[in-house]
Amino acid sequence: MVDTSVELCGIRLDNPVIPASGTFGFGREFAELYDLNLLGSIAFKGTTADPRNGNETPRIADCSAGMLNSVGLQNPGLEAVAAEEIPALAEKCGKPLIANISGFSVEEFVRCAEVMDRCEPVGFLEVNVSCPNVHAGGRNFGTSAEETALITRAVKKVTKKPVFIKLTPNVTDIASIAKACEQAGADGISLINTLLGMRIDIKRRKAVLANRMGGYSGPGIFPVAVRCVAQVHDAVRIPIMGMGGISSAEDVIEMIMAGATAVQIGAANLVDPWACKKIIEELPILMERLGINSLSEICGIA
Amino acid sequence: MNDNKYKVVRNEMIAPGTYLMTISGDTSEIKGPGQFINIKLDGLYLRRPMSICSYGDDEMTMIYKIVGKGTKAMSRMQPGEEFDALSPLGNGFMIDEIPECAFLIGGGAGAMPIYTLAQILRDAGKKPHVIIGFNKEKEIFFADEFKELGVDLTIATMDGSSGVKGTVVDALLEVRETAMDKNGLKTENRQIYACVCGPEPMMKAVAEHSDAGQYDLGARMACGFGACMGCTVITKNGPKRVCKDGPIFRQEEIIW
Ligand SMILES: Cc1cc2nc3c(=O)[nH]c(=O)nc-3n(C[C@H](O)[C@H](O)[C@H](O)COP(=O)(O)OP(=O)(O)OC[C@H]3O[C@@H](n4cnc5c(N)ncnc54)[C@H](O)[C@@H]3O)c2cc1C
Ligand SMILES: Cc1cc2nc3c(=O)[nH]c(=O)nc-3n(C[C@H](O)[C@H](O)[C@H](O)COP(=O)(O)O)c2cc1C
Ligand code: FES
Repeated sequence: MVDTSVELCGIRLDNPVIPASGTFGFGREFAELYDLNLLGSIAFKGTTADPRNGNETPRIADCSAGMLNSVGLQNPGLEAVAAEEIPALAEKCGKPLIANISGFSVEEFVRCAEVMDRCEPVGFLEVNVSCPNVHAGGRNFGTSAEETALITRAVKKVTKKPVFIKLTPNVTDIASIAKACEQAGADGISLINTLLGMRIDIKRRKAVLANRMGGYSGPGIFPVAVRCVAQVHDAVRIPIMGMGGISSAEDVIEMIMAGATAVQIGAANLVDPWACKKIIEELPILMERLGINSLSEICGIA
Repeated sequence: MNDNKYKVVRNEMIAPGTYLMTISGDTSEIKGPGQFINIKLDGLYLRRPMSICSYGDDEMTMIYKIVGKGTKAMSRMQPGEEFDALSPLGNGFMIDEIPECAFLIGGGAGAMPIYTLAQILRDAGKKPHVIIGFNKEKEIFFADEFKELGVDLTIATMDGSSGVKGTVVDALLEVRETAMDKNGLKTENRQIYACVCGPEPMMKAVAEHSDAGQYDLGARMACGFGACMGCTVITKNGPKRVCKDGPIFRQEEIIW
């Protein structure tokens, strides 16, 4: 029997497959379809201090190898997530959960981290730095190594739980940003968030998304994600959760060979709600075929 | 919701650019009109949502208009071809809430869920009045099917080539008094209750003239089953997912 388990910051996961934030809600819809305890963990919807209604619609555009979204972090807000969503999710999934938090200021990240630190079912914090900083003219936190490090330090101060910083690929040198996170005390790196993209409806001569631009995800970004994970793996010693376009067990193995310890599945859940379950079932069979006994032996091997 | 395999039984043009497709496969979970399926098509990443127009033991019918790659690909499918679809999705019309005499109003290709709705209401002994709107006579479809149902039917065409000249709202204004007289509605009960499917400007215009009702809202969707928040509509009760909390919404909660 092959061993699909992985260890992430001292926490053992039965397998490395985790639904990515924003593509799994708070698990409710999927719990009707399969047992969520099959999953390695769950990264739930990006949570902000206050409730957010998100961006104008249309928020979705199709691309042949993926999709654009400009959901804009719609979520019920920190209080409701901590009081209602997390307990409900924990009933369906007993795994250490991943709390994905977002903010538009350092203070907001800290507030979210403080509350998530007190939520017992939360095993990890995942800090989404791909948000505009309202105090810096709307520039993305995640595009600056200094600001990303600042958030990392601030969040680390208020929690004992392992903190993963989730990086945006929309930068020139992702390795240097990952390094800055490591130096600031991050316990791990999640990557990649979506690539900034845009589609135009040529008949209406207008952007398809009301927000004009949105995040590109799905199979089309897989090679970019594999490259980013490999670059970050070369640069840091902390563990990586790799994601971006994964839609099969083969992709999982490839991402782990690039340097990921665990992987997240995003858009694939939206087109096939059973995607994670299928990948988890396929993984040991594929490992056997490839002569892999445990995933740690191939991490970063390429 | 299941990921079901469906086989094309029939796929033909019923008006310029508008097709009717009958498929066979599992229909056991369908609760009623207003629900939809989300179809996986070769070469396209996201699924394409389509309303269920009518359904039987193991068959259902959709009516669709070619607007892009996905609907074009659907129009080329031959009987015997198969595809996967998540089905059924969405809430469907809240049939118990529909009064004795409701106006069922539809415009264009998206209008057809009201066919099955009319059938169900008729079978329940109610007396719905159907109003369907098209651009011109040549684009009219399903008029015979509605007539066969034996429900009152008014057709509106923009160019006046058939029925009432103008929109479904013009038709509604023209027929509402006689329709309500015919159903013996007393003055104090003369409320217009509308169940509406069609383009958003049309639904909005109907809402301005009706007192209550249910509306089939549209949205660009990704998942279609409530996971992504791609299809959100802001209602008087806060943000709702068109795919999961809808697509049918009550008039009193919609902000136009
Ligand atoms: C719940 C629901 C039920 C629907 N039922 C029907 C139906 O019964 N019959 C029917 O003909 N159509 C229906 N639609 C619309 C249908 O899903 C779209 O026309 C289809 O997805 C377009 O795909 P495409 O690849 O052909 O076009 P694309 O190439 O994706 O887009 C072409 C154009 O189509 C329009 N469009 C694209 N996606 C949508 C969408 N999701 N909703 C509305 N407009 C869109 C856009 O204006 C775009 O410019 C429904 C939509 C929803 C959300
Ligand atoms: C609809 C949608 C919503 C998302 N919401 C979030 C979010 O709230 N927080 C976050 O960190 N990432 C969010 N993401 C990014 C994903 O978690 C993931 O990083 C990205 O989509 C790449 O993976 P994929 O190609 O497998 O989808 C979202 C992605 C999608 C498609
Ligand atoms: S389309 Fe994903 S929530 Fe409605």
